[in-house]
Amino acid sequence: MAERKPIKGITIESTEKLIADTLAEMPEKAQKKRAPHLGANEPGASACAVKSNKKVVPGVMSQRGCAYAGAKGVVWGPIRDMIHVSHGPVGCGVYSWGTRRNLMQGIPGVTSFPMDFTSDFQERDIVYGGDLKLEKLLREADELFPLNKGMSVLSECPVGLIGDDINAVAKKMEKELDKLVVPCNCEGFRGVSQSLGHHISNDSIRDHIIGKFKFKEEAGPYDIALIGDYNIGGDVWAAKPILEEIGLNVKSVWTGDGEVEKIGATHSVKLNLIHCYRSMNYMCKVMEEKWNIPWLEYNFFGPTKIEESLRAIGELFDDKIRKNVEKVIKKYKPVMKEVTDEYKPRLEGKTAMLFVGGLRPRHTIGAYEDLGIQITGAGYEFAHQDDYDRTAPEMAKGTLIYDDVSEFELEKFVEELKPDLVGSGIKEKYVFQKAGIPFRQMHSWDYSGPYHGYEGFKIFARDIDMAINSPTWDLVKSPF
Amino acid sequence: MSAAEAAVKFVTETPPEEIERVKEWINSEEYKEKNFERTALVVNPAHACQPLGAQMVATGFEGALPFIHGSQGCASYFRSTFSRHYREPAAATCDAMTEDGAVFGGQNNLFEGLENAYALYKPKMIPIFTTCMPEVIGDDLNAYTKNAKAQGFIPEDLPTPYANTPSFNGSHIHGYDAMLRSILQTLTEGQKVEGKCTGKLNIIPGFDGNVGNLREYKRILDLMGIPYTMLADVSDVFDSGCDGEYKLYPGGTKMEDAAESINGKATISMQKYSTVTTMKWIESEYDGEKAILPLPFGVKKTDEMLMKLAELFDKPIPAELKAERARAVDAMTDAQQYLHGRKFAIAGDPDYLLGIVTFLLEMGARPWHILCSRSTKKFQKEMQALLDTSVFGEGCSIYINKDLWHMRSLLVTDPVDGIIGDTHAKWAARDAKIPLFRIGFPIIDRVNLHRTPVVGYNGAISMLSMLANKFLDIKDETCDDQWFEMMR
Repeated sequence: MAERKPIKGITIESTEKLIADTLAEMPEKAQKKRAPHLGANEPGASACAVKSNKKVVPGVMSQRGCAYAGAKGVVWGPIRDMIHVSHGPVGCGVYSWGTRRNLMQGIPGVTSFPMDFTSDFQERDIVYGGDLKLEKLLREADELFPLNKGMSVLSECPVGLIGDDINAVAKKMEKELDKLVVPCNCEGFRGVSQSLGHHISNDSIRDHIIGKFKFKEEAGPYDIALIGDYNIGGDVWAAKPILEEIGLNVKSVWTGDGEVEKIGATHSVKLNLIHCYRSMNYMCKVMEEKWNIPWLEYNFFGPTKIEESLRAIGELFDDKIRKNVEKVIKKYKPVMKEVTDEYKPRLEGKTAMLFVGGLRPRHTIGAYEDLGIQITGAGYEFAHQDDYDRTAPEMAKGTLIYDDVSEFELEKFVEELKPDLVGSGIKEKYVFQKAGIPFRQMHSWDYSGPYHGYEGFKIFARDIDMAINSPTWDLVKSPF
Repeated sequence: MSAAEAAVKFVTETPPEEIERVKEWINSEEYKEKNFERTALVVNPAHACQPLGAQMVATGFEGALPFIHGSQGCASYFRSTFSRHYREPAAATCDAMTEDGAVFGGQNNLFEGLENAYALYKPKMIPIFTTCMPEVIGDDLNAYTKNAKAQGFIPEDLPTPYANTPSFNGSHIHGYDAMLRSILQTLTEGQKVEGKCTGKLNIIPGFDGNVGNLREYKRILDLMGIPYTMLADVSDVFDSGCDGEYKLYPGGTKMEDAAESINGKATISMQKYSTVTTMKWIESEYDGEKAILPLPFGVKKTDEMLMKLAELFDKPIPAELKAERARAVDAMTDAQQYLHGRKFAIAGDPDYLLGIVTFLLEMGARPWHILCSRSTKKFQKEMQALLDTSVFGEGCSIYINKDLWHMRSLLVTDPVDGIIGDTHAKWAARDAKIPLFRIGFPIIDRVNLHRTPVVGYNGAISMLSMLANKFLDIKDETCDDQWFEMMR
């Protein structure tokens, strides 16, 4: 891949100076801890120098969430036909109820459960333990929601601290109810971010779900699964049709708009296509080791990356699929040209800074570039080294890379680099908008979407243009 | 075939007739009964946890940086919740305790967190509150903060009030209460001067997600010519302007005003249930008179507030407010036909519920199902007494410690005309095909409702308009052609 052209005004030296100036304002210990997480990009380096997946530095105002958030919000919550129990006090379940935009089909409360199920721990549960309550709760849930295809038990902080044994309860209840009951020890204090919650959830899917089901129909040569697409704003519904159009058979989706039994039967597919590498690469590796299922990362943000991905997918199949890939690419070329013809003239030469979870900063770069926007800074809340290694080649030399960036740092960086757009989360949004800087929430697509696939790019382009070119920004400075 | 292979089950499809059956069943009386029998499972609760309320209070003082002692994820949940509701920044920092904290306690996290928070964000005060984790392991915040100062992580004179806000106890309103009391205790310590009176009113809004309400209180006090200090004033923090410069501390009660509040002429709380311990403490420590007023929803409670203020400050109620009252009454008599006899289901916090019910009864509407997902028998009794004051309260039911899935059963078996609650009620509303009026916290799916006051005479007009016009919209949108007409 050709290296990105340098961005005007951004050099390794200027970026390193910005980092040094920012660090200089921190207490010594914090400086020392934070320094390895900030860096100027070296696209050609064999490994990204920025360190990641370390503890949050206390007090700096990190944007990170917790293991429970990674388990409930990310991995489990989107499985539509299961009841997901937030086991512990009331808050975690309430805050994560409906706030991720993992859309799902089904009849709420009948065949799908986009709700908040909780054991609402009280003081007595802390003192006497919550295992019996959990048992009772699972029985009640199964009785009131009989069409559920299983239940997950997601531990909140106190559960692990008081020594409850949700695993034993789950085992007992699975037998009694003759339904999947999956324990997930994802207490918020475990690990350093959402990331461990993903991993713990993957492990519990491995131990309790995968391989437990099979499809009634015979396996076909074009059967695939989508891994790590959570259907944010309907992304799965924009990605799946493209894959079907090239002749593939999407047998299951992990876990956006997902169905648990199909997830449990995924081991019969011929290929796993992984979208969010960070949160589900573990499962691809498990299926590769155990069932020899190859996997491939794909990126459906923006026409350039869609084409690249489709061709790479085609390479793993026969001529029929490869021909279909070319047909599909040809079909959508004029459609995509229409989009870029409309928006690119207004966006060409603009810059953006991104800070999202574990995947999107690197995955959306192509879509921004399709619109003529350059990325001057990128970073992740909870990514690991392999994510940063995948990011470095996608960014121009000298651009700013930041891991688990604090509000203090990001503000300084944005102030200095003056991007035309910041793409990040709800907690960051209004900080920058107050400063008159256009912003889009890139976790939730800012209540829009889908952004995936050809259909999604139309919406992405419209939204980015709307954010940057809204006339409301002209009103920020008062004339008096 | 091995035993493991034999255990593999086929992917199943639920038969459509089974789906239809359950779909009908969950709307039945039988289901309602079963639903109300559950004792362990909570589905769709209408309340959040203590530290959320603590953060709201901590945000309401100028230059204060809320500090969460506990898990990092909690901090992000609280901040996100506020940012979604107000569409504003919600700065708060956290000492991000992890597994080793569970073993060794969170003192080191607190030290480092305080040092960094102070250095980076230069707060005038760091109110500290807790999440479940340190509460379960029993961290001693009092000792920890003293140690932090003694060891120089933060200056000795930096106020660091703290509150224990375990999520397994009470709800967000109790966290509000605990944090407020602690902040006031800290800031007023040694400030009481015998015989000194600032001549000012201290007003505590309570856990109120509507910044318009806070501004409305201030407007009324200005009209009455009463000098005041609003304690935990989030109005400028959670409703700050966009002028091209982000301000970390855009407002809040001034520290010196909070300190002086102990020498005030009078102190009033606008919410009884979210300020119980604070008012109890104020009762014993503060100078001047104290009063706990009902949230002024509707005309009568607004009257009560104004008369109390007039009495406390020996001031006449200005003609302007009297004219406002008359306009509100005018609006209510003009529009009463659109609300009279209409049944409502309401979910929310105790004080809000009492306010909304008061207003509905004034309009001749019927607060048919009243649901509070975390409250006490005492509240139930008070609500019942309120219902008993009006014929429109007859037959209305109060449900405490029930959730929005219970409410759903009530709505489908005993329907009403409208639902009043926060955004979370939208699922039940949709299932029951009943319009939801968003009054409460959080409102995360509509814009600017938190800026439109629902207290005072003007608030009554706003609520009335919201309710009546929606019913008229529905009529226009759903009536058959022959019933569609120009006037309503």
